[in-house]
Amino acid sequence: MNIRVAVLKFPGSNCDLDVVYVLRNVIGVDARLVWHKEFNSSDWDAVILPGGFSYGDYLRAGIIAAHSPAMKYVKEMAREGKPVLGICNGFQILVEAGLLPGALLPNDNLLFICRWVNVRVETNRTIFTRIIKKGSVLRMPIAHKEGRYYIDPKDLRELEENDQVVFRYSTENGEISDEANPNGSISNIAGITNLEGNVVGLMPHPERASERILSPFGTDDGKLLFLSMVETIKRGAL
Amino acid sequence: MIPEHVSLTEEEVKYIREKLGREPNFVEWGMFDVMWSEHISYKSSKPLIKLLPTESKYVIVGPGQDAGVIDIGDGYAIVLKIESHNHPSAIDPYNGAATGVGGIIRDILAMGGKPIALLDSLRFGPPSDPHCVWLLKNVVRGIADYGNCIGVPTVAGEVEFDESFRINCLVNVGCVGLARKDRIIPSKFIDVGDLIIVVGGSTGRDGIRGASFASKTLGPESESDRPAVQVGDPFTEKLLMDAVLEAIEAGYVKAAKDLGGGGLTCAISEMAADGDKGVEIEISKLHLREEGMTPYEIMLSESQERMLLSIDPRHLKNVEKIFKKYDLPYAVIGKVTDTKRVVVKFNGEIVVDLPAKLLAKAPVIRRRTKKPNYIDELRNIKKPDIPEDLSDTLLKLLSSPNIASKSWVYEQYDHEVGIRTVIKPGQGDAAVLRIPEINKAVAITIDGNSKHTYLDPYNGAAGSLAEACRNLVSVGAKPLAFVDEANFGNPEKPEVFWQFSQAFHGLSMMARSLGIPCVGGKVSFYNEDEATGTAVKPTMVIAAVGLIESYEWIRTMDLKQEGNLIAVVGITRNELGGSEYYYWIHKIIGGRPPTADPELEKSSMRIVLEGIRRGYIVSAHDVSHGGLAVSIAEMAIKGNKGVIIDLDKVPREKNLRIDEIMFSESYARYVIEIRRTTINEITRLARETGAFLGIIGEVTEDKSIRILHKDREIVIDLRDARDAFENGLRKYLGGV
Repeated sequence: MNIRVAVLKFPGSNCDLDVVYVLRNVIGVDARLVWHKEFNSSDWDAVILPGGFSYGDYLRAGIIAAHSPAMKYVKEMAREGKPVLGICNGFQILVEAGLLPGALLPNDNLLFICRWVNVRVETNRTIFTRIIKKGSVLRMPIAHKEGRYYIDPKDLRELEENDQVVFRYSTENGEISDEANPNGSISNIAGITNLEGNVVGLMPHPERASERILSPFGTDDGKLLFLSMVETIKRGAL
Repeated sequence: MIPEHVSLTEEEVKYIREKLGREPNFVEWGMFDVMWSEHISYKSSKPLIKLLPTESKYVIVGPGQDAGVIDIGDGYAIVLKIESHNHPSAIDPYNGAATGVGGIIRDILAMGGKPIALLDSLRFGPPSDPHCVWLLKNVVRGIADYGNCIGVPTVAGEVEFDESFRINCLVNVGCVGLARKDRIIPSKFIDVGDLIIVVGGSTGRDGIRGASFASKTLGPESESDRPAVQVGDPFTEKLLMDAVLEAIEAGYVKAAKDLGGGGLTCAISEMAADGDKGVEIEISKLHLREEGMTPYEIMLSESQERMLLSIDPRHLKNVEKIFKKYDLPYAVIGKVTDTKRVVVKFNGEIVVDLPAKLLAKAPVIRRRTKKPNYIDELRNIKKPDIPEDLSDTLLKLLSSPNIASKSWVYEQYDHEVGIRTVIKPGQGDAAVLRIPEINKAVAITIDGNSKHTYLDPYNGAAGSLAEACRNLVSVGAKPLAFVDEANFGNPEKPEVFWQFSQAFHGLSMMARSLGIPCVGGKVSFYNEDEATGTAVKPTMVIAAVGLIESYEWIRTMDLKQEGNLIAVVGITRNELGGSEYYYWIHKIIGGRPPTADPELEKSSMRIVLEGIRRGYIVSAHDVSHGGLAVSIAEMAIKGNKGVIIDLDKVPREKNLRIDEIMFSESYARYVIEIRRTTINEITRLARETGAFLGIIGEVTEDKSIRILHKDREIVIDLRDARDAFENGLRKYLGGV
């Protein structure tokens, strides 16, 4: 089947072409770069909000894009149960748009951090982790200045009870520790999902970790997220 | 009447009046002032720059345009450029550095290239000085905020600390672009009747006469020059980049230029002069940031994020459509003429009418040279005693800010965006970017050595190019071309100009011998603090690019496998002058610095490249700051493997002391890790290539670095080595 994935480009998105490249050349799906002004239908199999600095991240990361007309169709797709993935700035946009709970605050060292990290997969009930074993550790790079996930303690409990935490920063061996937490995220959270498991946001960049040649460790763990998405779409289990 | 701020010399004023046959008006004087500034005109440096070789079978565009262009085959080319933003960064480090990034990206775009990587070479005073830390933190934040936002990865760089950069920090930025050969565009006007469009940010009162500001020394009143520093807006730059790339890809752009130093004045006069055309513009059509701007301010504004494009009139509608898509302001301000004159109108009235070439080609100034006294004095200093505890010395060196890990810096840069970065900062001597379009990879590096160049400008500059090439070779790349940024003091001082002249003679010698052409460069003079009268140590920063034809040939420096052999390529000499060992351990700047020998460089280069291609060499690292011992330690730290080394096996001059073998910074050397089974092959390769090769040790299971020399044994624990290396710089900067 021909799987059509929209990669939504806002002014200032800068990982858009990377995501398109990986989807086309590594995963083998029909990925299209769609300029936000032309994103005027929910008639796609999936939508990915790539990283970058939408609208320069002026005011606050992701907030202007979150209120742009294109988001109407992203929300529609989320409601229809279609796969919606926000990577880095895309995650920030999904949070600001209210599709995912919590907030992304400046890193606790107040600096931009670009580094390879390990994340432990906390649930495989989402569209993007379906084929990954729970508890496995993935290597992916982060690159952000506002990636410290925060949610108040009451909502955090709810998030955990509802199995909405998807990724936690961990050591190589899967231990969740302060040393493994690069930015001070609460409870080491690196990615979350909505109740239904079709909307996922994460700070690490799976598209940068989908080819062995780009990994200092010779890994390609990032592509598992995209393959999970494809698998789910193919099975029609939406 | 000449405006009082104009810094033209009396002879220049006389020359202009004579050539023009009339008195220029206020705006015209302002334009001459900026076009004839050292920064834009190269009036002092031109005769020496001409020494450099600029041609090879790979060169598509050499020096003189917005950037150089190098053929990498299969229809693609690499665009390469280097710039300095020293003066603005010394005054306003955050904005100075940020706008340096913005400007160089537009230079790559102007040639038709898509920017794919940034490099930065930074020099500050010692990190124990709070002012230097303030400069460093803000320069890095400026580069990070701008580069990260526009989505061009910062993949390589260097940071050096030395007292001479306390006030005048050096901020050199390089950029690499990828272009389709059939989309390369020139930065000169092509056809009469072509339209001239200014696109991007609005023109404001910022940065007026910035190029003139960069053409004098920093003094007490420099603080008041802060308005000459521009403020960057990376978001606008990102839109500008996307829009211009779309217009170039569609084939609509005939010529382009960055509106950088000298603003509109520089862009139109150079494009007209280089294209042997004229230009007529109406500046009231420009989108301005504030009301009441005068023609003088408009013509000399250096507001950022602006580019000038020239297009065929029949493409106007399509180009406008692209700009509207990105909500990018633009103005069609005029057209190319055949008059060879620069004509500027303001509300219909002619305010400037000058011959383009007179503006763009300032007469050369012949500067006097005199060998400074310090050269011979410092060269002949007495050798210090050998430290008792060399293990401790090696640990101290690993923690020297000049050698220690720069991860505090490069982790603030997004070095992954674009998904091309195969070798990332800290992994190898150069960054490696894959070019999947043609299934090859390119290596890029930026390097300089102020201490060597200070003690011996000729060999130091030659050595800087050689080291840049060694960086490329270490990761498996064949060097193709380079650009240079010359950072010097006041050229009006004969001692400074002597350094400059020597440096260019040395650089030219090395470039010619290695057959590696220069495709562009910049000169930054007046890096001098008036209060102390001291100039920076002369520094020739080289950014170079190399080609790796197969992904199989890419190498990193980390040791790979216990049992593998360690070898050193090249010959070690009594050349501790200007070394990190003298500076950090003995607090000496002096002695005999390394001599650059192109024949040695070539033979070392051949064995390493060929050894990598044949699969004998699994890791490689060039020997530079800190010498042989530090290079070996770095490879051990990165690979988390131990080593045992016998210094007696190092190919070297006779009668070397142990500290000379360990820490001398002699050129043309590499440390390589080779498969044990290929020892005969690599030895034969050494004979064939004429290279010096010594098998000096092996990779061990024991996690320590052991160095033996006759009856002495130097042992350090790998963990201690890593601690010293990782925290040497971080400890001054705090935080994560």
